[in-house]
Amino acid sequence: MAAIIELENISKHYSPTIIGVDDVSLTVEDGEFVTLLGPSGCGKSTLLRMIGGFEEPTAGAIRLADKDVTFDPPYKREVNMVFQDYALFPHMTIGENVAYGLKTFKLDKDTVRTRVKDALMLVGLYDKLNQRPQQLSGGQRQRIALARAIVRRPKVLLLDEPLSALDAKLREQMQIELKHLHEKVGITFIMVTHDQTEALVMSDRVVVMDKGKIAQEGRPQDLYDHPANPYVANFIGTTSFLPGKVRALSGEVATIAAGGTQITAHPDVTLSEGATVTVGVRPEKVKLLAEGETADNVFEGTISEVIYYGLGLRISVTLADGSKIDADTLLPDKLSHSTLPQSGAPVRLGVAAHNVFVFEGTVTP
Amino acid sequence: MAQKTPGLLSRFGADTAFMSFVAILMAFLYIPIWVLIAFSFNDSRSLTWPLSGFTLDWYRKLWSNSDLIAAIGNSFYVATLATVVTLAVGVPAAMVLHKFDFPGKSVFRRLILLPITLPGIVTGISMLNMFKLMGFPLSLETVILGHATALLGVVVTQVYARLQRLPPSLEEAAFDLGASPWRSFIDITLPNIRSAIIGAGLLSFVLSFDEIPVTFFLTGRDNTLPMYIYSTMRRGVTPEINAVGTIIVLLSLILIVVAVIATRERKK
Repeated sequence: MAAIIELENISKHYSPTIIGVDDVSLTVEDGEFVTLLGPSGCGKSTLLRMIGGFEEPTAGAIRLADKDVTFDPPYKREVNMVFQDYALFPHMTIGENVAYGLKTFKLDKDTVRTRVKDALMLVGLYDKLNQRPQQLSGGQRQRIALARAIVRRPKVLLLDEPLSALDAKLREQMQIELKHLHEKVGITFIMVTHDQTEALVMSDRVVVMDKGKIAQEGRPQDLYDHPANPYVANFIGTTSFLPGKVRALSGEVATIAAGGTQITAHPDVTLSEGATVTVGVRPEKVKLLAEGETADNVFEGTISEVIYYGLGLRISVTLADGSKIDADTLLPDKLSHSTLPQSGAPVRLGVAAHNVFVFEGTVTP
Repeated sequence: MAQKTPGLLSRFGADTAFMSFVAILMAFLYIPIWVLIAFSFNDSRSLTWPLSGFTLDWYRKLWSNSDLIAAIGNSFYVATLATVVTLAVGVPAAMVLHKFDFPGKSVFRRLILLPITLPGIVTGISMLNMFKLMGFPLSLETVILGHATALLGVVVTQVYARLQRLPPSLEEAAFDLGASPWRSFIDITLPNIRSAIIGAGLLSFVLSFDEIPVTFFLTGRDNTLPMYIYSTMRRGVTPEINAVGTIIVLLSLILIVVAVIATRERKK
């Protein structure tokens, strides 16, 4: 596959101290679905707006299909944007909205009509052709915004938090729909979101951003199973962190003192003996051990809190050295013979060695 | 129920009190106008009750009063051109205020709005001095310039407020869909501020039409309608003036209907 978008050392400095995007390089392959993920203010929207041409970088270059477009205005770029508020033109019908982008192409009337029809059929709203945006529901407007952007057959489609204005149920449905749409039209999608589920469900590749820089990029499962740093581990999914010290290293296996015990792990990074590290464990990978049951790593502690969240329980456990670890368990569960874990009760937790993340240094929460 | 609901009687009382208040308010606003209309058709020169009979004489008289007809014509001329000039300057000014950030922007905005808050007398005297200094003879055209200046703030405030309410993403979406800045202004921005421009234009027209202080200082030999009425008032209110008033009320009504139709958001 060929690169469709190349960002080369892109920076956006509003002032020497206010930095939107800081030296970001990223290549997007033709046909990919890439998500820029991060909390508000991490620079993801600014990056997207620079690709769209709505803002100019203070340094670096943007190439679209091998052509430098860094300072081209939006109306000269073959990219289209789906805006967060959809930005449908209120004084035009749905048909006029979708046809607007074809004006500059100077097509004949029949071609315009067919292309508008195709685009609206694609999102299943051809029957709304003569209505106005105000008459449509949020989900329908969202689809019209998609149709309006796709009708121009851009090289890249940019989506700025496209689902954030929808309610939870509709959002889930639209995630799948967008994914299918991407497969159908074969256009490169670059989406911005702060919702990690959205990013994991929809994208081929996720770029996690933090304070204007890329924290990590990769396939969703790689990010989830091999986070490069505590920031990513905690932004995608949940992770409990324990301070630790490397005791011994042999090949791929490290022995680490953490949580009042010795644990074994397969770190992704090379460590040295005696190094200060942070151990990360995802609550859903922690198992409550029954009497006599064992695991690669066993932590002993006291339950400090039990939170019920429908699907299961999240149990907060205080370990021997005072550090805390969370464990998720589904209901019903056969653990012990008492009905539910009680706060104050002693508990044993098991974690497989390959489910332990090891990061260098200490985490400053 | 634990919560006390007001009794039927006290609710009825409150409703009646409120309705009476509204009725009195409306009466206070509109009875004088009805009286004016009634007297314009009364066949007696003295303005006393009861009405003595129906006549159209005053309207006929009005028609043959060439000074009055000229004053009405002047007023239309002044109000129309003042509106055109103030729109031609005010709409671009509002666009600039909305789109660009420049040093001294808030000072600029305040300076544009100042003529609204300045008493007409001050605007009148200062413009009179200016025209005198520049050696401009006073005429209806100087009145037009005076009105346009005084009304600029009306147009700028209305159009600027509308622009501020317009989501910036609309224009960006137009750019995104291939429209140049000029095209996107014509296709997207203008239709969305159209009703504000029409509203501001109508308001300017009406304000210019019955403006006295600025006109008083800046006009030459020609009189506008309010000036003419004011000068004849020295001899008391005549039924002729009532007839003019009635015609103005009628014109205002037409203008309001036009405004409502023009500014109504299109809905199906």
